[in-house]
Amino acid sequence: MSALVEVRDLVKHFPITKGIVFQKRVGAVQAVDGVSFDIEPGETLGIVGETGCGKSTTARLIMRLLEPTSGRVSFEGEDITQLKGSRLKAVRREMQMIFQDPYSSLNPRKTIGSIIGEPFAIHGLEKGEGERKRAVQELMETVGLNPEHYNRYPHEFSGGQRQRIGVARALALKPKLLIADEPVSALDVSIQAQVLNLLRDLQREFGLTVVFIAHDLSVVRHMCDRVAVMYLGKIVEIGPGDALYGFPRHPYTGALLSAVPVADPSHHGQERRLLSGDVPSPANPPSACRFHTRCPKAQELCSTREPLLEEMDSGTRAACHFPLTREEVGEIGVRSAG
Amino acid sequence: MSTAEPLLRVEDLRVEFHTEDGVVHAVDGISYEIQRGRTLGIVGESGSGKSVAALTTLGLTRAQGAHVSGRILFEGRDLVALSDEELRSVRGNDIAMVFQDPLSALHPFFKVGAQLIEAVVAHQDVSKAQARARAVELLGLVGIPDPARRVDEFPHEFSGGMRQRAMIAMALANEPKLLIADEPTTALDVTVQAQILALMERLQRELGMAIVIITHDLGVVAELADDIAVMYAGRIVETTSAELLFDRPEHPYTWGLLKSLPKLEGSREEPLVPISGTPPSLINRPTGCHFHPRCPYSQPEHTRIDPKLEPVLGEPRHQVACLLESELRGRLWQELRAGRTPLEALAAVGPDGPSEAVS
Repeated sequence: MSALVEVRDLVKHFPITKGIVFQKRVGAVQAVDGVSFDIEPGETLGIVGETGCGKSTTARLIMRLLEPTSGRVSFEGEDITQLKGSRLKAVRREMQMIFQDPYSSLNPRKTIGSIIGEPFAIHGLEKGEGERKRAVQELMETVGLNPEHYNRYPHEFSGGQRQRIGVARALALKPKLLIADEPVSALDVSIQAQVLNLLRDLQREFGLTVVFIAHDLSVVRHMCDRVAVMYLGKIVEIGPGDALYGFPRHPYTGALLSAVPVADPSHHGQERRLLSGDVPSPANPPSACRFHTRCPKAQELCSTREPLLEEMDSGTRAACHFPLTREEVGEIGVRSAG
Repeated sequence: MSTAEPLLRVEDLRVEFHTEDGVVHAVDGISYEIQRGRTLGIVGESGSGKSVAALTTLGLTRAQGAHVSGRILFEGRDLVALSDEELRSVRGNDIAMVFQDPLSALHPFFKVGAQLIEAVVAHQDVSKAQARARAVELLGLVGIPDPARRVDEFPHEFSGGMRQRAMIAMALANEPKLLIADEPTTALDVTVQAQILALMERLQRELGMAIVIITHDLGVVAELADDIAVMYAGRIVETTSAELLFDRPEHPYTWGLLKSLPKLEGSREEPLVPISGTPPSLINRPTGCHFHPRCPYSQPEHTRIDPKLEPVLGEPRHQVACLLESELRGRLWQELRAGRTPLEALAAVGPDGPSEAVS
């Protein structure tokens, strides 16, 4: 089976400029710096990482909402990084996005009906008024909204309902790929579960391929078949969720998993090893392995030679010269490890 | 322990805001207490009144025209009855607060050190040099590297985690007996969150202060709290020790929260069971039990009868406001815990299920 999306050596550097009239380039924020992975049809790929690790930039590059500095994104075997005009539009129809903030991602001046129906207009699928209304109301029903609310405005809906509107809009054109960027992080716990269940049901129903971006590791675990962990613009570990959560090999994956607060006080007081310091600036990332400044296992090699993603016997691929052992995973207190 | 006078005792606290749309019953008769050196977690969703209750403790809702009734006894003194002037000597001194968003809680124009010094001199009679030395000491205490240099930096030069550390340093300036932390880690990344939680735990051990932590995150309270109060629509619906709350929760809303959480471990095939519907408006609250429109187990009379927060049989410190019978609740939770959905659980408890128990 060939991959739906192939990402190869994707790089995005945002220039840092100085001066107002004569702008001089003084550096670059290396938001995404050489990322490669495949997305198989029908799977859910999770991308996790902390603020500024490049996960949202990666999503926007796949959608071509941003132009990559270098590298390639193929969709169904076709390189989309050079596409223009109607060809690009045709590909975009196959990929849709759900955004984090259900408040700012809906136009407050438009009715729900026209928000959800807009993709039809954009892609020249303008149907007659009645047909369009029927299509939109069907979508509203699919995502659990009351179709009678067709003429209401976004402010009349709660956060969870607004996120459903965003999902309906994304599904309007029956895309193959759905990219969800932190779709539930603005929602309350009880509402979050409603939207997660909806996404999982829709994925099964429509056979969607999903890229699920989140900082909440429990949510990603629940939603995703495979998970990629990013740190400062690079993938440090990628693999099946069970393998990655059960036996993380990259020390950063281990640190993330041990930092998750678990809703079970019997874990209280359990030994944990915390990372010290903060994530370094992506404008000036550490040399070689970018994690070496915070890594408890770092040695000299880590600051001189960059580790590449390598196959681990535990089922994931990790970019580390000195991957974690079973004992170490126990020592740092990874709660998901079996 | 029960004989000791609690550090803070809140009695039937009510906070209302009169707005054009009607009266917002933000906090609707909550009572709780906290002993010295202990940690109370207040959990709830947005709009449950948890932040308003905390802000009112420090008189910070007075400027919003809040109508406050009930008593907030801090070391026996009723804070509700204090004048603004008297309250100012308590606030930041005996009781300090840490806010969710450190970027907007720190003043961007002033150096971090200057803001810390201000907190010190507001309550202590010390020289400028002494206050500055204290500021450096405080930054060191909360784990800011090179505090003597960082004290002269501006908030924008600090990372998110460091700003939250600076906020905590400021709160600790006068060695408060009670620290109120309102979503202290919500804006932070998970590794930084773990650092801040560990810091709060260490400081509590070293300084012996009591902590009230307000959060929507059940994981965070499980890490930090000794006792937990769950709030819904302005009321405490369940309160008990952290162990019991996660082991034997009694309120259907608490069950809903626990079953909505995706797990880090175990099977991902087990579906999440969300709570249906949305939290109610605090202006037009549902009649009877405020949770009844979202409760899968509610009965017709639950729309009329307002449940009181009452001890669970045999456990005076475990209180719940629910109209279901205690024994039935126990069986329902066993079913839910075994992975059944609310409907399956109802069917499983069978003939003496709620529909019969009613008549």
